[in-house]
Amino acid sequence: MSGGDPIAAFRVEAGDLLDQVEQGLLDLTHRLEDRDLIDAVFRGLHTLKGSGAMFGFDALASFTHHCETAFDRVRKGLAPATQGLVAVILSAKDHMRALVDGDGTGLEAAGATILEALQREVDAAAGAPVAAPSAPVRKGWRLSFFLPPESMANGTNPLMLLDELRDLGECTIVARTEKVPALADLNPVECHVGWDVELIGDISRDDIDDVFLFVMDDMELTVEEIGGAPEAPAEVVDAPAAAAAAAPDAAGPARAAAKTGESVRVPAERLDELMDRVGELVIVHSRLSQLANGSGGDMVLRSISEEIERLVSELRDTMMVLRMVPVATLFGRFRRLIHDLARETGKAIELSTEGETTEVDKTVIERLADPMVHLIRNACDHGLEPEDERVAAGKPATGHVRLSAHQAGGEVLITIQDDGRGINRERVRAKAESQGLIQPGQQVSDSELLQMIFHPGFSTAAAVTNLSGRGVGMDVVKRTIESLRGAIDITSTPGEGSTVVLRIPLTLAIIDGLLVRVGEGRYVIPLAAVEECLELSLEEDLRSRGRSFITLRDRLVPFLRLREMFETGTKPDPHQKIVVIATGAERVGLVVDQIIGSHQTVIKSMSPLHQDVATFAGATILGDGGVALILDVVQLVLAGQHQEERLRAVG
Amino acid sequence: MTASILTVDDSPSLRMAIKIALTGAGYSVTEAGDGVEGLAKAKGTKFDLIITDLNMPNMDGLTMIRELRKDPAQCGTPILFLTTESDDAMKQQAKAAGATGWLVKPFVPEQLLKVSRKVLGR
Repeated sequence: MSGGDPIAAFRVEAGDLLDQVEQGLLDLTHRLEDRDLIDAVFRGLHTLKGSGAMFGFDALASFTHHCETAFDRVRKGLAPATQGLVAVILSAKDHMRALVDGDGTGLEAAGATILEALQREVDAAAGAPVAAPSAPVRKGWRLSFFLPPESMANGTNPLMLLDELRDLGECTIVARTEKVPALADLNPVECHVGWDVELIGDISRDDIDDVFLFVMDDMELTVEEIGGAPEAPAEVVDAPAAAAAAAPDAAGPARAAAKTGESVRVPAERLDELMDRVGELVIVHSRLSQLANGSGGDMVLRSISEEIERLVSELRDTMMVLRMVPVATLFGRFRRLIHDLARETGKAIELSTEGETTEVDKTVIERLADPMVHLIRNACDHGLEPEDERVAAGKPATGHVRLSAHQAGGEVLITIQDDGRGINRERVRAKAESQGLIQPGQQVSDSELLQMIFHPGFSTAAAVTNLSGRGVGMDVVKRTIESLRGAIDITSTPGEGSTVVLRIPLTLAIIDGLLVRVGEGRYVIPLAAVEECLELSLEEDLRSRGRSFITLRDRLVPFLRLREMFETGTKPDPHQKIVVIATGAERVGLVVDQIIGSHQTVIKSMSPLHQDVATFAGATILGDGGVALILDVVQLVLAGQHQEERLRAVG
Repeated sequence: MTASILTVDDSPSLRMAIKIALTGAGYSVTEAGDGVEGLAKAKGTKFDLIITDLNMPNMDGLTMIRELRKDPAQCGTPILFLTTESDDAMKQQAKAAGATGWLVKPFVPEQLLKVSRKVLGR
């Protein structure tokens, strides 16, 4: 996206307007009589229509115009606002968003259906007769073309032509390769591939000719029109609504910035670029610091290095703050989700939020959206009881879902709480036993039992509904949260509801780490996980041989010998160290050869080739240019346990 | 990355108009006064798009396009030419020389941007 593009600026503005309209409509569902809200929604539509026309979004302008006209009757008091009407305008709003994001072609049918539904609602509300809908017609073109072979060398990019066709409407593209010569005769700068394209939508022939403007004279092109078979309009109305509810809103974080006083809009990728630079600066500084503190380092160099260290860490902190966006952007989307869920399940659901100003890294917010959708769906679908059941249990008829966020140390805690029936432990237990996750009668702690619901394929819902119960989702939730280096705590009281707490680290790009040496390799342990470091004395080492435990303040702590795990093949240092780390409630020691010191670690992700190496969270570049792998302590401990079990099974 | 565009024209005012329109849309623009200068600048840097007039002193646009296309580094670089004559003969010559597309003078900034976006894809 280019910074000064007025179209892009319009899209961002329109996104804000649509958000306001949506929030207004959602408020309106609670207070149907509120004239201020009706006026606010009307104003939003009106502005959108005006600026849409100015920037050439004609489809948007005309569609919005119809909505505005219909809504005007409500504003003038000719028709009352009804729940049905608000729902249709919400779906119309989703359609407008689609028109803003695309160029409006190929969406006419959906738009027409929404307008008809809108007209029906307004007429019904005003007591007027209902107009019968007419079926929209499916129209389009079938093209087939070959570009002149030299066109690619002359600067025509066929992919862009295909993109332009895609922009015109719903597009099916099939490549034709029959003219591609044998490899020996192939000139790589020539284009011999042709394409068959089927374009659906109300598209004029001129639009197609415009795409091929510069190559028209020399190319082979056949165009035929596809006739108009009528299409059932039934499902079109709901589709945009569902899509909008499911799809995380990419423009979200950028919008929050606009609400807080004076602010500047910056494309997210520029921030990422800046973050990369800061990351590189941190790495270069650690080289400098190594040089300054080395044997030949003099005082002046050292003081400069310290000065730079201060600046770099301040820069890093400022940078972090820049990337922070309030969770309000995330919570805001769930109002709509709750609204839709309430309609789908027929339950009355109320959402309250708390701590929306808590700030989290932009990338974290984006990746949190999906898991939270799952958790909220679960809470509404499984957790909350139907109204009559609630009343029978002496609870208020309206179910309550509470989202809250607050910061604690280097973590952000996001809580999703419902006042439903709670998790049925007998059912979870029975399911876990039937799936062989635990033995019948085996003792498991309450929290372990509750964690079972995050196992793949685990669902206790008796009936699979449209929303949840298919047993996919919760394991995805867990995996996503773990990939963010976070954790999930779950508590539940029967009859009173469940609480899920997501603990997420504040940032993903730079962490404080403890640099250690194992054999000849160096590794980084995230400092947040480190509890303490101690020496593994020779006698203790010998004594603990075979049963890897040490006694730490009267408690047994198991440990893993990283040297053996990584099969370094080196002799252990005479003074090995144990780094005690905390993973959840457990404490585990990692035996390393040497503790080098704390290290500001810029996390670089590993290549796709290494993606399935679970025990490492990434890599970092050290001051001397060497590479250290970053340990994923949770996965490491798991791997250690498996290894242990294998060894035990063998001998 | 912003796209970089080289504009070659002997008229300073037209160069200015093009530059204002393109920089306004976020592109970075380099100017050259004739074919010789254009060719020299294109040798040094890889541009995402070259927009050139055809009638220029020293070296005309057609010759410059031919020279550019001889350079393997310029293979596939989109080249647009400006033409006052909407006659087909000139258009065909320029296309044969290796131009990607054209823009008929006089044009409004929107047309320039539309065509630039079309060949740049952004």
